[in-house]
Amino acid sequence: MSEYSEHRMESEMGVLLRAGVIVACSIMLVGGVLYLLQQGAAHESYQAFRGEPAPLRSVSGIWREVLAGNARGLIQFSVLVLIATPVLRVVFAVYGFTRQKQWMYVAISLVVLVLLAVGLSEHV
Amino acid sequence: MTNALFSGLVLGGSVIAGFVGSLTGLGGGVVILPLLTVAFGVNMRYAVGASLISVIATSSGSAAAYVRDGFSNVRIGMMLEIATAAGALGGAALAAYVPTSKLAILLGLVLIGSLFAPVNRETHGAQLSPPEPATAGRLSGTYPGPEGPVHYAARRVPLGFGMMGMAGLLSGLLGIGSGAVKVLAMDLAMGLPFKVSTTTSNFMIGVTAAASAGIYLHRGYIDPGLAMPVTLGVTAGSLTGAMLLKNADVHLLRLFFRAVIFALGVEMIYNGWAGRI
Repeated sequence: MSEYSEHRMESEMGVLLRAGVIVACSIMLVGGVLYLLQQGAAHESYQAFRGEPAPLRSVSGIWREVLAGNARGLIQFSVLVLIATPVLRVVFAVYGFTRQKQWMYVAISLVVLVLLAVGLSEHV
Repeated sequence: MTNALFSGLVLGGSVIAGFVGSLTGLGGGVVILPLLTVAFGVNMRYAVGASLISVIATSSGSAAAYVRDGFSNVRIGMMLEIATAAGALGGAALAAYVPTSKLAILLGLVLIGSLFAPVNRETHGAQLSPPEPATAGRLSGTYPGPEGPVHYAARRVPLGFGMMGMAGLLSGLLGIGSGAVKVLAMDLAMGLPFKVSTTTSNFMIGVTAAASAGIYLHRGYIDPGLAMPVTLGVTAGSLTGAMLLKNADVHLLRLFFRAVIFALGVEMIYNGWAGRI
């Protein structure tokens, strides 16, 4: 069995990153067109900061908005896919470094993953 | 202004911002922020949220190409991401308590400061010959040079680590990639070859931004109607810029854009100072 080389891991990482961005931007484009069809004539103001409504602030809320056919929810879902892309890259690094038996870098990747999880948890 | 017109104008502005950010090496985030806040009157917090999402898209999109070329160092990048992600969490948590006028002034300083950072020069760094054997830390690597692989190793790692923490903090506060600070940390502090520094920086930006993105989302900074045209526009503009960089001499254009960025920096500081943002 050939060794799982660093170069191979890096190129697989590249494929993962690119796929994530393509998928996210495609969903965002569809959501954007739907949004303009649904609410293109409305007037949204961004001058004062009010914060997004609660359903667009959490993963479960965004998913419900998508199922309800809300275009703003669909765009927000594409944002989640985009955020997940670098996170998955770190998960992939844990896997890749494990296959290479580079335990120190497995540990380092896990620390990064924990930090990402802290940011994504809803209690910060 | 209707949502349709607003989206169209912001999309156009974002394409230009991504293009300028890519040609100057500063990234689209720092360019889109003054445009949104000054030209479109968007609240700084919404602008920061949309910018951060566009930063994830451009970083991940271009990192894919760099990783394949063999210049970016995944191991060094991952190690330093501990510092940038921790800094970003701190910055994003802090952002809500900093008045937008102060954020505007900070952004102006970052814009002007970035102009003095090395964004494009020949690769150098501590080149080792013969190659050192891989040590336990393995903060070393090789990149493809014209005459075969070139070996290098990182030095002053604690200093680089500290600067990366600062880069993360700025990223979390302002929703930018802070690529310039990351490159400074690797190139100047750690003595890594320039091309390795820029590509690894790009590779790290996505993870740094993802660390603060969750906090931004929960706080309601990310508005879909704004994030959509900004992300799609900046990504398209950056890709166009990257293609042009490969095929054309952009020296004069870059000089002009640097002047524009200087003006935007002054504008942000002035507006922040006058309390208009």
